[in-house]
Order: sequence, then C-alpha cells, then structure tokens
Amino acid sequence: MSKYDTIIIGAGMSGLAAGIRLAHFDQRVCILEKHYTIGGLNSFYRMGGRDYDVGLHAMTNYAVKGSDKRGPLAKLIRQLRFRWEDFKLAEQVGSSIRFPDVSLDFNNDIAMLEAEIARDFPSQIDGFQSLCGALLDYSDMDGGAPDFMRSAREVMARHISEPLLIEMLLCPLMWYGNARENDMDYGQFCIMFRACYLEGFGRPYKGVRMILKNLVRKFRGLGGELKLRSGVSRIEVDNGKAVGVVLDDGTELQADRILSSAGSVETMRMCDDVTEVDVAKAGQLSFIESISILDRMPQDFGFDRTIVFYNDSENFHWERPDTQLCDSRTGVICSPNNYLYDADEGELPDGVIRITTLANHDRWCELPDEKYAAQKMQQYDEAVESSVRFMPDFRRYVVDTDVFTPKTIRRFTWHDNGAVYGAPDKQLDGTTHLPNVFLCGTDQGFVGIVGAIVSGISMANRHCLQA
Amino acid sequence: MTPAEIRVEILDILDDISPDEDLDNLKDDVAFREQLELDSMDFLDIVMELRKRHRVQIPEEDYGHLASMASTVSYLEPKMVDIVKS
Repeated sequence: MSKYDTIIIGAGMSGLAAGIRLAHFDQRVCILEKHYTIGGLNSFYRMGGRDYDVGLHAMTNYAVKGSDKRGPLAKLIRQLRFRWEDFKLAEQVGSSIRFPDVSLDFNNDIAMLEAEIARDFPSQIDGFQSLCGALLDYSDMDGGAPDFMRSAREVMARHISEPLLIEMLLCPLMWYGNARENDMDYGQFCIMFRACYLEGFGRPYKGVRMILKNLVRKFRGLGGELKLRSGVSRIEVDNGKAVGVVLDDGTELQADRILSSAGSVETMRMCDDVTEVDVAKAGQLSFIESISILDRMPQDFGFDRTIVFYNDSENFHWERPDTQLCDSRTGVICSPNNYLYDADEGELPDGVIRITTLANHDRWCELPDEKYAAQKMQQYDEAVESSVRFMPDFRRYVVDTDVFTPKTIRRFTWHDNGAVYGAPDKQLDGTTHLPNVFLCGTDQGFVGIVGAIVSGISMANRHCLQA
Repeated sequence: MTPAEIRVEILDILDDISPDEDLDNLKDDVAFREQLELDSMDFLDIVMELRKRHRVQIPEEDYGHLASMASTVSYLEPKMVDIVKS
C-alpha cells in the first residue's frame, strides 16, 4: 500500500500550493482530485472552440516585481520559488462601482478612488482616509487582532457618515470575497480592501490556465504525485488519528497527515469517526454566471471598464435569494478584454462580457432537467437585462452564450451549496477534531486566487512542515 | 565547511528564497530584517533549506541565532564543521 507523508485532498489553488511547499522540502506528497481536471473553484473549460475561465474575473493583489515585497503576491512567489515572470499579470484598464445616480471609478492607484470620493462625497473624504489608516495589516490576519471579528459596517460607520458610500465601498469587497450574508468580518474586510483597492486587479493573458499550469508543473517537477478522478470516499480513523484514505474506487492510501481543501463540513463527512455533520455551518452564497461572446470588442461599443460592480438601489443586498432562483439587483460585469495586455500578447480572440449574479443553490437543484435548461436561458436574459442599465446595451452583438449555475459549481467542486467563498465562520488555524487532519482553502481563511494559494502555503508551513 | 563556505551557502539560500534582493552589499553585522525584506515565513525557509540541503537541525528556541549573517555563521560553524562542501 502506498504511504505518504501528507495526502492533500483537492487540486485547486490551495492544494497545489501546499503540495509544492511539501514536495520542495522532500515530503512524499500526493494530491487527490475528484474531478477529471484541476482548479477546483478556479478551474477552466473549453467549449465550442473557446477557452473559458470559471472563477477568475480579475486577480486581486496586483503587484509588480520590486514594488511591495511584503504583499501577498510577492510572498507566494517567494514561498513557491517562482519568478515574477511566472505570474505575469496585465493591469486592469479601470473598474467602477455603479449605484443609481452615482458611479465611483477606481484603478490600481488608490489616488483615483480618493479623487472620485472627494468629488461625489466631499464631506466623506477625510473619513475615507482615516478608514484607510485604520486598516489591519496583513500580519494581523491570523484572526488574533481584537477587531478581526467585528462588524465591518460598524467599523466603517465610525469613519464614514454617508450610508450610501459605505454600501458602495462594500459592494466590490463582498462580491470578491465575503462568505457572510449582509455584513463582513472586519478582518476579511481589511484583506479585501487591500486586495482590491490598495493593490488592485490584474489578469494573466491566458487566464487561470497559466497559473494552474505553473503550479502543476512545479509540483510534478519536485516529485509530487497528482491523481485526478480520485475522489476520497473515506478518511480512515484509528485511535483518534487519521491513518489514511479510501478512494471512491476502493484504493487505500496511507498517510501521516491529511490536508483537505474539500471544505470543513465536506471533510468531516469523510471522517470515519463522524456520524453527523452540522450542514448549517456550510456557506450559502452561490452565483450564476452569464457569459456572452461578442462579435466585436467591448471597447468598440464604448465599454472600457474591466469590472463594474452594480447595485440598483441605495441598499446593497448581499444575501442568498430565498424565494427565487436568482437575484440580479446586484451583479458584477467583467470584460477580460479590458486589461492592458502587452503588445506581444495582443488582444484576446473574442470580445467577452461575463455577468455574475446571486443565486440559490437548492432552488436550482430542485428543477427538473427540462426546466433547468429553460431557466438557464431565462436567467441569462434577466441578468443581461439588469446589467445593461449600468453599461452600454451589447445584446445585438452576442454570437454565443454560456451559463453556469450553483448546480454546476456543486457538480464540479463538491462544495456544499455550491458555496463559492466557503463557510462564513472560517477555521483560521486550520485544525479539525483530529490531530493530523487540517483544512486549507476557502473554509480555512482567505479566498480568491491569491488568498487560496496563501492559505495552502501557510497551512502547509504550520501543520505539515514544522511538525 | 569553513565559516567562509557557510557564508556562501547562506547567501545561496537567501538568493533562492528571495531572488530579487541585492545581496552584494549585505552587511554581516547588521540584522537581516533591517537590510532585507524577510518575514517570519522567510526565516522558516532558511531553517528548512538548511535541513533539506545539509540535514542540519535547528530547534525553534535557537531561531534567534539566525538574526544576522555573522550570528548565523558562528551558530552554524560547530554544526556544519564536518560537512564537506559539495
């Protein structure tokens, strides 16, 4: 029987990053992935001759070589022994937060957002700057800081007295990384504020494939094993310790420890010694994405925004729609064309508009097959109709569409409820009820591509290397 | 290894961990933290690289000895004296 130092469950960003750390330091490590491809919540697919990304609209935490050596991107490049060229990112053109009658533009230089706030909310600019000064530092992000678990809305209200500005600032941050409904933990708010507003957005020309390809190549080059189509059906527990796993096909593998990115509830369910899991702890927020392929570039019809975060009233509702399939009152419009790609990279082959709106997993899964297909088309129409209130109408340029729903996300990631950002209560120290089973990925801590990679690195360091 | 060889080895590890740092002007008596942008993760990597490359074990209570190049070399000297430079 194969015996490993560490078995990692899931070949997403966090699992692959953890695998690289462990393999680099000579551990026998095996990553087990249930899907036939890698990536998890940040995967990719090909359809009708075109490449699509699942997650990536933008990579947050933009940085360039030599700028901020302490930032998360610099940290992961060092920890994984990559070169900056391996994570070459094109900077965003510029993004916007659009509410009725007010629009704030921002880019990767905070001065632009400051100027926009000074213009539209002149009485609030001092408060905004004092909020920036009160942000927790990345080094406070282990959850130990006393303000970490406070309400972000409450802390923001100490600095900003205009409710609309609070809603507008929260909108992108919740959209890009908040698993909790309606409010945000202040610590998570600070992480996302730095990631989105202070560092900003970038994208590799070839999308998420490029990052995943680099991670896998590095992992395999160090002698790591990656097994696809290898779902874990059980974690075998003996005398209060995990001793190994049994795969869906019955194969048994032994390991000294297990690092799981499957999710907290999902991992508990695998453990032999657990008979009941508290499913209420799993995240609830999931999305539908409506993708349009266009016969021209977005800039050709006057749309130059990289990302538009829109909301159609003064109140930003960040919650699972309970009575309907989707809620398109708020959404994210992304055009991967609107990045500053290098001249030698050129333009992307097609004009693309992606729209993400909130969706209810259970309602999508209850639909019979024929209704499911029809609803995908109808909800696409509704999402697009909602979005064109905040951008030029592009509907006559559409040549192809695709839609994925919470059901799709669940089917390929096995995360409960198709929850994209995991559970609202994170297990920041990565521990479980078993002394040698640990968590990484969305339920451990940071989310997004950079966040997930940092999660894998820090949990590998803390639980698998120092032991 | 001689102290000079240990110093070269540490420079090589630092270059591996943080290839963008300018190590040519590193002052041996000044703390790494004051000259290089190293955080706790990077210090762990110095320990891990020494273990990986030379099987040198450094207990956690001794991490403080790795503050500067001078203190690191004098701390490692007895531990690496029998290691032949490859």
